[in-house]
Amino acid sequence: MAEYQNLFTRVHVTAPPDPGPEIDQSLYERSGTVMSYWLNKIGDAQIGPFYLGGFGLLSVICGFIAFEIIGFNMLASVDYDWIEFIRQLPWLALEPPKAEYGLSIPPMNEGGWWLLAGFFLTAAIILWWIRMYRRARALQMGTHVAWAFASAIWLYLVLGFFRPLALGAWAEAVPFGIFPHLDWTAAFSIRYGNLFYNPFHMLSIFFLYGSVLLFAMHGATILATDKYGAHREVEQIVDRGTASERGALFWRWTMGFNASMESIHRWAWWFAVLTTLTGGIGILLTGTVVDNWYLWGVEHGLAPAYDLPWEPVSDPAGGGT
Amino acid sequence: MFAKTLKFAGVVAVTATLAACWERPPVESEQNGYRGTAMATITNPRLEQASLEVPTPQAAASQAGPKAGAIYQNVQVLGDLSIGEFTRTMLAITQWVSPEEGCNYCHYPDNLADDGKYTKIVSRRMFQMTQYINQDWSDHVQGAGVTCYTCHRGNNVPEYIWFAQANPDGPTPYAGWTNGQNVASESTAYTSMPGDFMSKYLVGGYDDIRVIETSPSATGKSGTIQDTEWTYALMMHMSDSLGVNCTFCHNSRLFSDWSQSPPQRVTAWHGIRMVSGLNTEYLDPLQPVYPDNRLGETGDAPKAYCSTCHQGQNKPLGGANMVNDYLPGMAGKDYE
Repeated sequence: MAEYQNLFTRVHVTAPPDPGPEIDQSLYERSGTVMSYWLNKIGDAQIGPFYLGGFGLLSVICGFIAFEIIGFNMLASVDYDWIEFIRQLPWLALEPPKAEYGLSIPPMNEGGWWLLAGFFLTAAIILWWIRMYRRARALQMGTHVAWAFASAIWLYLVLGFFRPLALGAWAEAVPFGIFPHLDWTAAFSIRYGNLFYNPFHMLSIFFLYGSVLLFAMHGATILATDKYGAHREVEQIVDRGTASERGALFWRWTMGFNASMESIHRWAWWFAVLTTLTGGIGILLTGTVVDNWYLWGVEHGLAPAYDLPWEPVSDPAGGGT
Repeated sequence: MFAKTLKFAGVVAVTATLAACWERPPVESEQNGYRGTAMATITNPRLEQASLEVPTPQAAASQAGPKAGAIYQNVQVLGDLSIGEFTRTMLAITQWVSPEEGCNYCHYPDNLADDGKYTKIVSRRMFQMTQYINQDWSDHVQGAGVTCYTCHRGNNVPEYIWFAQANPDGPTPYAGWTNGQNVASESTAYTSMPGDFMSKYLVGGYDDIRVIETSPSATGKSGTIQDTEWTYALMMHMSDSLGVNCTFCHNSRLFSDWSQSPPQRVTAWHGIRMVSGLNTEYLDPLQPVYPDNRLGETGDAPKAYCSTCHQGQNKPLGGANMVNDYLPGMAGKDYE
């Protein structure tokens, strides 16, 4: 007999479209619901009802403008040759102005387009945040998702706005491009004496990898106890069933401690939020407070001296060792 | 059945896509520093060029007898060579540089002394350049030295040369400014780093390579991130040309720190200055001599960088000694 499973579904559950709970909002008609056979294989079959709203619409428009400015600048950089545009797409970018322009508004084709794209992209992101916050309030939910998103926005703003502002040049910001932003990242670490010695970078990596680990542990636990009803996670928080008991005991056997059905989600939320929160702090301190993280590490007992397997050399330019 | 086929096609497509990003194994890693500090030399024996054949030296010639300058006319650089050594050197350079065209690539057969062909003017200057390298740059070329073959490898024009970029900031005036970056090119090892770092650092300008701050706290005196990307482009070129990773020359902890750097970094430091000397003193000034088809988009002369000699090996031609068989011609009379 066929059985229902969460992720890889062999059985399709079909039901009439669900309009969602009654909420005090008469501003829009709930409409546009469709059912998707394929979507049902990985989640809920129902798409919609949709809500874009004023903030959502503005956000999409701003995002579209930013996307077009970036895209057309990339196209212009290969002389409007579509074949080269596709061939070199990962290399192309919209670059921030040179350091000489400081925080002034540069000519359009020397960073002006970058500033404009940055403005519209930031507007799009913040408008989307407002939309996200308001949708949560409309459903009388908590605003956890919005605040988690805000943590990511913090890192984005540090990289492209707060840090350039603190250092007095848009040139410090990240280019919009696939390889260019990665190369920028590598150059950033090298310029500031190895970002791995930045404690906030360490924390950010800790929370990033920790998030992955927690996600794997939690996902695996729920799937492993699914047949005892663990997919009804919310009910299990208030009424611990056998799924909860088994999962909890499994982890106590494994590592002596278990998170609760509720607290595991706090663990996950904080790990995710702290990834970009600490990362942003680390970036903001770089170049403003600390200029060479390795030397900072030496000063603070973080980076010990090691034996060298070769005869030490000194700077041939005479700058000492 | 259909689902299986679809899955299989999916797996093949994903594998093929990812395989394009990787270097096929084996990748060998040899520790070259303190354990746990990521100091390792990465090599792929499959990619290492089969030991490159250095041409068999011409049979030794007598160093006695009359000087070439006394027998032939218009011998400006090699006049002090014995007539035997001179002929031998000419045979060797033909083999190295114009094996198909022969002597006539540079000489008029009816008057070998005639300076009418531009190739003769260039090759005379190249003799001087080779002697300059062997005499003055032992800090870089060590005992192995160089000959014409180190770069030419049987080609009229060495395979790896560079020209200034025509539109480094992009081709159009209204949009698409690239700040000198973001072109897929071999010279930056296919990064998006600035493509014409050569004009910036390898024709003088090498004093601006250093960008890392030497004190822990912010002074605002060192290079910007954009400056760093220029330096990074040069470093990627060096890494790619020599077939080595960063830690061949740098320590993994602070790239700028000489006190922890492997000794190869000193050799490389001299190499940057050597190449700049070659471009400034020898290669760039030949610009008026070349016909248009030998010049770059901006009308500049072909120039040298690391890959011109190294061609993927940290010691060109596997470290074979090049100069000893041709000391009088390649190293000149002042060679010690």
